[in-house]
Amino acid sequence: MTPLLQVKGIEKRYGARIGCSDVSFDLFPGEVMGIVGESGSGKSTLLNCMAGHLEPDAGQVIFGTRADGPVDTVTMSEPERRMLSRTDWAFVHQHARDGLRMSVSAGGNIGERLMAVGDRHYGAIRDRAIDWLGRVEIEESRVDDRPSAFSGGMQQRLQIARNLVTGPRLVFMDEPTGGLDVSVQARLLDLLRGLVREMGLSAIIVTHDLAVVRLLADRLMVMKSGHVVEAGLTDQVLDDPQHAYTQLLVSSVLQV
Amino acid sequence: MIELINVSKSFTLHNQGSAVIPVMQGASLKAAAGECVALTGASGAGKSTLMRVIYGNYLAASGQVFVGDLDVAKAEPREILALRRETLGYVSQFLRVVPRVPTLEVVAEPLLAVGCDKQAALDKATGLLGRLNIPERLWSLSPTTFSGGEQQRVNIARGFAHDYPAMLLDEPTASLDAQNRETVLSLIEEAKARGAAIVGIFHDIEARSRVCDREINVSEFTPGMAA
Repeated sequence: MTPLLQVKGIEKRYGARIGCSDVSFDLFPGEVMGIVGESGSGKSTLLNCMAGHLEPDAGQVIFGTRADGPVDTVTMSEPERRMLSRTDWAFVHQHARDGLRMSVSAGGNIGERLMAVGDRHYGAIRDRAIDWLGRVEIEESRVDDRPSAFSGGMQQRLQIARNLVTGPRLVFMDEPTGGLDVSVQARLLDLLRGLVREMGLSAIIVTHDLAVVRLLADRLMVMKSGHVVEAGLTDQVLDDPQHAYTQLLVSSVLQV
Repeated sequence: MIELINVSKSFTLHNQGSAVIPVMQGASLKAAAGECVALTGASGAGKSTLMRVIYGNYLAASGQVFVGDLDVAKAEPREILALRRETLGYVSQFLRVVPRVPTLEVVAEPLLAVGCDKQAALDKATGLLGRLNIPERLWSLSPTTFSGGEQQRVNIARGFAHDYPAMLLDEPTASLDAQNRETVLSLIEEAKARGAAIVGIFHDIEARSRVCDREINVSEFTPGMAA
């Protein structure tokens, strides 16, 4: 099996400070990888470098495209990268309002991505938007409402629908459950897990919630001060952490 | 099917003065297809540790841990994931599930993960839940709110849904009434009959002598305790 994504020696500096340094890994189709670490450890910098939102100072992000096989997305042209981010990639922001158009209806938010890849039939777009609202458990009657009238949990689900409607193969998620109350989190986790299974998605999830990665991620990478200090199978890293920082992180979790 | 060769395990507590605690040394064991091996020894002797080393959530410090052809001690995460999906089942003492998922789906999930047809998976799950006396009105509910005994039985149903060639059982008969205990023991006997290699912890002596072919005292592997 060939990897869907190969990350090689990614480094990003902000002046003299290190954002992230020397990060390498392979992600295979259907795999879900979690990235954990405290605030400022470089998780989001890394995610943004991989998703093409930030330009890394060094390294390669090689994605197995449908048409041309493995391509380095760091050096590809901006239009090519933008097309990739509308078709094969998806990015779920921590704050739903960063990933949604707040002044456009829920249906329009989902339809926009379809139109960006060439769909033009209004009826068909609307039907798919309604289908996706159902999949993320939003009532059909809300299709013409703006996301500003939605609760935080609904906005987050709408953002997920908008991202997944074009059938991406790789989803980047930045704290997808952050800022949501626990019952809404549970619902979102269950939903994400189901979608990952049904669609055979690969995903990279940045979070600082260890319970979230235990439920969602197959593999785990632990970051501290811009470096990966430990990586492996999720339950092995959490049950038998090897690095001092991971041990501290795991032992700091409050038991409920 | 399952073979451990000279395995050792220690924990280094970096945040507590870098204390190194050796917990296992020179552990070797073998479980062939159709065989059930019981791990014995006092509490704290390292029975669960040994199980976790086999399942791959504890990292062996040295030695080899073969399940089939794969050395779990050196395998890549995705090789271990594939092993757990297809070959190696684990019935732990605790049920860990995503909230909100109905019991029937929790039990059917291991079958769906190996690509089994949805209806066939649900049929098998239904059969197992019925055998383990989980009332049908609970099947559509999430097991997170069930009693301890019910959760334990859901966990067992889930563990036996797919016909794994190798299985790890952590006290499968604990806290079960006589009838359910009988069901679990026959599930184990059926698994052995179809050729599964089983390593288990059984505090229930009667159950142990009924299903286990051999016993291995893990105190022999405890550093500083070997006679």
